Amino acid sequence: MKISDRDGEWSVWMRAAIEGDAEAYHRFLVSVTPCLRSMACRRCRIVGVAETEAEDIVQEVLLTIHLKRTTWDPSRPIRPWIAAITRNKFVDALRRRGRHVVVPIDDFLEILGEEEKDDGLSAREMDRLLSQLKTQQRAIVQSVSIEGNSIKDTAAQLKMSEGAVRVALHRALKMLASLYRSHEA
Amino acid sequence: MKTDEFINTLASDLRPQHSLHWVLLCGLLCGALLAALAFAVFLGFRSDILSALTSIRFLFKFVVTLTLAITATYATLNLARPDSAGNHRSWSLLLTPVILVGAVAVELMVLPSRSWEDNLVGHNATHCLTVIPLLSAGPLLCIFAALRRGAPSEPGLTGAVAGLAASGIGATFYAANCTDDSPLFVVAWYPLAVLIVAGVAYFIGARALRW
Repeated sequence: MKISDRDGEWSVWMRAAIEGDAEAYHRFLVSVTPCLRSMACRRCRIVGVAETEAEDIVQEVLLTIHLKRTTWDPSRPIRPWIAAITRNKFVDALRRRGRHVVVPIDDFLEILGEEEKDDGLSAREMDRLLSQLKTQQRAIVQSVSIEGNSIKDTAAQLKMSEGAVRVALHRALKMLASLYRSHEA
Repeated sequence: MKTDEFINTLASDLRPQHSLHWVLLCGLLCGALLAALAFAVFLGFRSDILSALTSIRFLFKFVVTLTLAITATYATLNLARPDSAGNHRSWSLLLTPVILVGAVAVELMVLPSRSWEDNLVGHNATHCLTVIPLLSAGPLLCIFAALRRGAPSEPGLTGAVAGLAASGIGATFYAANCTDDSPLFVVAWYPLAVLIVAGVAYFIGARALRW
């Protein structure tokens, strides 16, 4: 697929997501992830960080894309926006590991145009951060992610209202983002 | 956790959010209201406001301060996005200095040179340097609160430009109170006050606007 086609597809899905289309949003995230992964792997190789840590970066980037999605201007192409977020999070991740590097954004843009196969990889950092959440927040995140339950089922299981589950889930994700940040030196 | 599981979580958390533009403009509006309140309570219009309204020098001060507020807001909106580097929407920031320098040139031509110094020093320099930063504090706070939704690649710079926008608002209200109207006074003191605000905002931004 040509770069411009994919950019167009992502933009369409993301615009639908902003309108509230969760399915389009899911498609967008699934489609972006392999590209994020190949970017992260390649950069890890170049700077000499173990490639096993790439998945940590992928998940942090996904979380940031999610929480900062209103910073994408729908009138602009989406690829440079994703590349900028990825580069920033990559630099943060390296800083946490005690390195200072200058990373040009062009590398990220270039790799965003490539294709790579993947399967569901796992990351350890997220698990470590999850363990720092409040019990209830953790239960909700685990129910929705690992067990794949809907918000409705999770609410029934935990005997909470759907609204309360939504609020707690959103807080949990923001908390995760700030935990990532607080690990920076 | 596996990444595809995590994606499910993110997709479940999809809720409509206001656009960044909207949030920032709300912040700016709240800030302007705060500054207006502070102005009404502590300062008020200068006593000769009605005759001042017919003076082109008095009115020109608002051209300068409002241009600063508008162009800096526009630049802040742009800088608050992660992919802002490399586009040139911040050039509009040069508009205010250009207008001001033009006005100074005209003023120097129409004023006899012996009154240059009096107009430059004015009567309210210290007042200007303290009141503009104080009036800008409320707007700055509100803009920063809104900017926490953003994702600037350069948090310090973004903070500084937000400081310019805030001081544009602060200076607008101050100008309605100050009796020094010559562009010579404006060019000597306003930029100093504005730079104080922008400098403080730079350091706050560098810490508070990281994401």
